[in-house]
Amino acid sequence: MNQPKSIESSRTAEEFLKGIWKENPVFVAVLGMCPTLAVTNTAINSLAMGLATTFVLFFSSLLVSSLRNVIPKQVRITTFIIIIATFVTVVDFMLAAIVPQVHKELGAFIALIVVNCLILGRQEAFASKHNIKLALADALGMSLGFTFALLCIGVVREILGSGSLFNISLFGAGFEPWVVMIMPPGGFFTLGFLLLFFNWLQKKRKEKAEGNRPGTQYEEAREFL
Amino acid sequence: MQEEPSQPIPTAAPESSSFRLVATLGLAGFFSGLVLVSAFLYTQPIIAANRAKALEQAIFRVLPGCTGFQTLELREGRLVALEKEAEEPKGGEEPRRIYAGYNEQEKLIGFAIPGEEPGYQDLVVALFGYNPTEKVIIGFEVLESKETPGLGDKIMKDAAFHANFEALAVEPAITVVKKGEKKKSNEIEAITGATISSKAVGRLLDKSMAGWRPLIEAYWKDYKKQDSE
Repeated sequence: MNQPKSIESSRTAEEFLKGIWKENPVFVAVLGMCPTLAVTNTAINSLAMGLATTFVLFFSSLLVSSLRNVIPKQVRITTFIIIIATFVTVVDFMLAAIVPQVHKELGAFIALIVVNCLILGRQEAFASKHNIKLALADALGMSLGFTFALLCIGVVREILGSGSLFNISLFGAGFEPWVVMIMPPGGFFTLGFLLLFFNWLQKKRKEKAEGNRPGTQYEEAREFL
Repeated sequence: MQEEPSQPIPTAAPESSSFRLVATLGLAGFFSGLVLVSAFLYTQPIIAANRAKALEQAIFRVLPGCTGFQTLELREGRLVALEKEAEEPKGGEEPRRIYAGYNEQEKLIGFAIPGEEPGYQDLVVALFGYNPTEKVIIGFEVLESKETPGLGDKIMKDAAFHANFEALAVEPAITVVKKGEKKKSNEIEAITGATISSKAVGRLLDKSMAGWRPLIEAYWKDYKKQDSE
């Protein structure tokens, strides 16, 4: 062991946290747009899709990371797909058994988790190259970041489009819902505004960080030229 | 020495034999199959029970006063009552079924009939209750639809629209009219802004009734005869 314990655990924490904020799969990497736009019409659907994706990503990363030295390079993508598809089918059965109503509303989009590029992307880019602990931290962080993003969109769309949150009516009968928000265009509007906000936030932070660093004026001038 | 986790493994993977490639995929497929079959066997009874419960609740809603039902299947041109725990048919054509609803005194009070019809978007699948004594439709419920939220999807919950189905005559034929123009008992008042969806519901009821009515009447006659004996 040439690594002290504290460095190792801070590395794990870093891999976990990056998915939630700094490298958020939806707001920063803009991955997994199909479920992000299609099933975020209510907060419950967003949460269910987020948790289903979390389940699949967590267990796929666990398997891929623990088998990373066994799977030959030439067939790795095929093997990852088999692993992912298996967990997606399991989650499909489980949702149908536990929450049939939600399963009915999510419909084909549960099966489409197989082709969520977030999941295969994490296997190829991270889990197949790192140990189990880091792979799980990464998977949990990324999927919580994904769930958080879906919830952000779902909450906005449900409040504006149906006047309710988690099926609880908020404004009473006097509220005229913005129907467009629960239809497909509403997904694009909400995502667009949230992306705008997150980019603005990141720009601000970058400016602030650069402002604190000595010699930035020179660098800025050079960039400008 | 432990491998440095921050670096991707730099060495090129050793050349794998063809056998190893096939074996890896074979094993992956095998274990995947094991997991899927166990998940399927575990969840299947729960899913079937959920479905049966949803159907039962829908039947009780479209047939007010109904407390039990019996499944009737179309076989060789007539309705046959199925046993409670009848085996699901395997493969082949989907069986055509309706449901006979009974009240607390175990009297046949009506039939719950499913139907489907293309709406504004995709099929509208619905279940409705039919009272053969009065020859009226007494309840209606949409089971599946993808109609436009806020407009067409009012066919699912709109109270004024559902008031049409408290006693809707099926003779001579069910027709859909504009809101406020309902004069006869066989007319459905459409929802403003959702004419296409409303008309789909009208067609659904009319078509389904036309197909099932002769069969239901034959069954009803037999039941009456047995009941009076």
